[in-house]
Amino acid sequence: MAVDAVDLAIEEGDFVSLMGPSGSGKTTLLDLIGCLDSVTSGRLVVLGHDVSDASESDLVSVRRGAIGFVFQDFLLIPELTAAENVQLPSVFARSMPDKEGAVALLEQVGLADKADRLPKELSGGERQRVAIARSLASSNGLLLADEPTGNLDSANSDAVFSVFERLNAERGLTVVLATHDGAIGSRTPRSIRMHDGAIAEDRRS
Amino acid sequence: MNLFLMAFKTFRRNRIRSALTIGGVAIAVAVLVTLLGFDAGYQQALERDIDRMGYQVLVTAKGCPYEAATLMLKGGGGLRYMEQEVHDRIIEDERIDEISPQLVATSYGSGEGGTSVAMFVGITEAHMRLKPWVTFSSGGWFTDDIADEAIMGYEAAELEQRHVGDRIYVSGIDRVFTVVGIFDRTGTQDDGAVFLPLGTAQTAFGLDGRISGIGIKLKDIGQLASFEEDLYHEPGIQVVSMAQVRGTILNLMASARTLTSSIAAVAIIVAIIGVMNTILMSVFERTRQIGVMKAVGASRFDVFRLVWIETTLVCAVGGVAGISIAVLAGRVGEHLFRLILPYSPGGRLVVVSGALLLASMLGAVIVGIIAGLYPAARAASMRPVEAIRSAE
Repeated sequence: MAVDAVDLAIEEGDFVSLMGPSGSGKTTLLDLIGCLDSVTSGRLVVLGHDVSDASESDLVSVRRGAIGFVFQDFLLIPELTAAENVQLPSVFARSMPDKEGAVALLEQVGLADKADRLPKELSGGERQRVAIARSLASSNGLLLADEPTGNLDSANSDAVFSVFERLNAERGLTVVLATHDGAIGSRTPRSIRMHDGAIAEDRRS
Repeated sequence: MNLFLMAFKTFRRNRIRSALTIGGVAIAVAVLVTLLGFDAGYQQALERDIDRMGYQVLVTAKGCPYEAATLMLKGGGGLRYMEQEVHDRIIEDERIDEISPQLVATSYGSGEGGTSVAMFVGITEAHMRLKPWVTFSSGGWFTDDIADEAIMGYEAAELEQRHVGDRIYVSGIDRVFTVVGIFDRTGTQDDGAVFLPLGTAQTAFGLDGRISGIGIKLKDIGQLASFEEDLYHEPGIQVVSMAQVRGTILNLMASARTLTSSIAAVAIIVAIIGVMNTILMSVFERTRQIGVMKAVGASRFDVFRLVWIETTLVCAVGGVAGISIAVLAGRVGEHLFRLILPYSPGGRLVVVSGALLLASMLGAVIVGIIAGLYPAARAASMRPVEAIRSAE
């Protein structure tokens, strides 16, 4: 049982960090909020949809075009360019993805000039920013990030975190990020500390 | 961007593996196209050869009628011989349109290029009436029926570099013949033969008054049964209809076809397994990517389609490559068939038609569709959370 007895409400426009040691349940909670996994008991409502007993196809419907994900390892498709990676959610949403739209999203993370680069031609920080741009393409309000700065040096971590801050402030995106990094966690307006699958602390600054 | 472009880019990802898989499909398709092309080509060539023999009925000495008929078709020694008197008796039959006696024999010939086995055919002028389409590329007919003269088939002359006026020494029978004519190419076994006047051939080969067979063209093929019945009482001969020979050879080929079809089926099954294995490996390697695709909105069907398109793409490219190999290497296949087969007609043995190409291409795509089913289903059934966290 990775998370248990969690009673949590995240409001629209919140910027929340999930903190805690490995195995505390951060990633599992993120997966549940992101409709990548389903609860075995209790009630889970995401973006107004009760997904407590949802089937896999129902979960796809909720997350498609509504929830954006950023992973520690970036998880870009290596054979696609930065712009094509950003277009990926639109391909599956059947919303006629265009390159201009992808470049506009890359511009928001400061990478418009690297739209035609393959992931292997980008630095770690740049790859993560492409992943953020991709998450923006699939997000209509909720952005989830699992250890987004875990593979980055401090300069790139700062740059990536700044992007999240700006997206939250300027676009009103709800951002939930799981992190080990106390420095990152302390910079979010709301910080939730987890321990053994339960919420140990829920702090707002 | 769309799923096709994604599939194409994935396909290019591991070029060596893709190339090897495509190679497997290409070989299977090439084998299939060649075998099916051979199936169609052999029948056409056989029918053309039989038509170009000019007769519908062959009268030969008693023995295996089909052996006799195929030897008449392909030439060679080992024929039984009959008396020429039979020809002289049946020539009066009113049902006969044209009748041509001939004597087939083989011997060693020697020339500037060394010693070789040659097929000699003793003929009369009736040969030209039976095959009115045969023309001379140079020279003309024999001076008389006992002249030491030869008319060479097109390929025989080309192979030996002979011209009208040349003298050829046949060491096996210790005779010299003067080339008086060279036939145009007919696309049949006649192209490789050396023709002699019937009387000359009989003397040269020590077969005076004997012939190998009599080719007969009836005025009405409907009279074949009664004609055959009337000749039944003639001692020492048999009547073979070329339609029967055609049917028998094609029946024999049908048995061979079962074997070749089995080979093609094995090649196709191996190709399917090979493609399935490659795509499955590719799916397992991309488990996390598939998880991400699902996370950003791909449904089971999207993932299924993506993998399916990849597989079909590999097989379609393999199909094009296989067809190209089959078309380009058709001559090599033909040469191999000629080496293996006891009798093969002249002309093209492997005929690759547009319909065959289309069917083969369709077959390659169907192979892709079948081979892609399981890997696509495996990829589609991956749970996103497990896929993303796998091997983390």
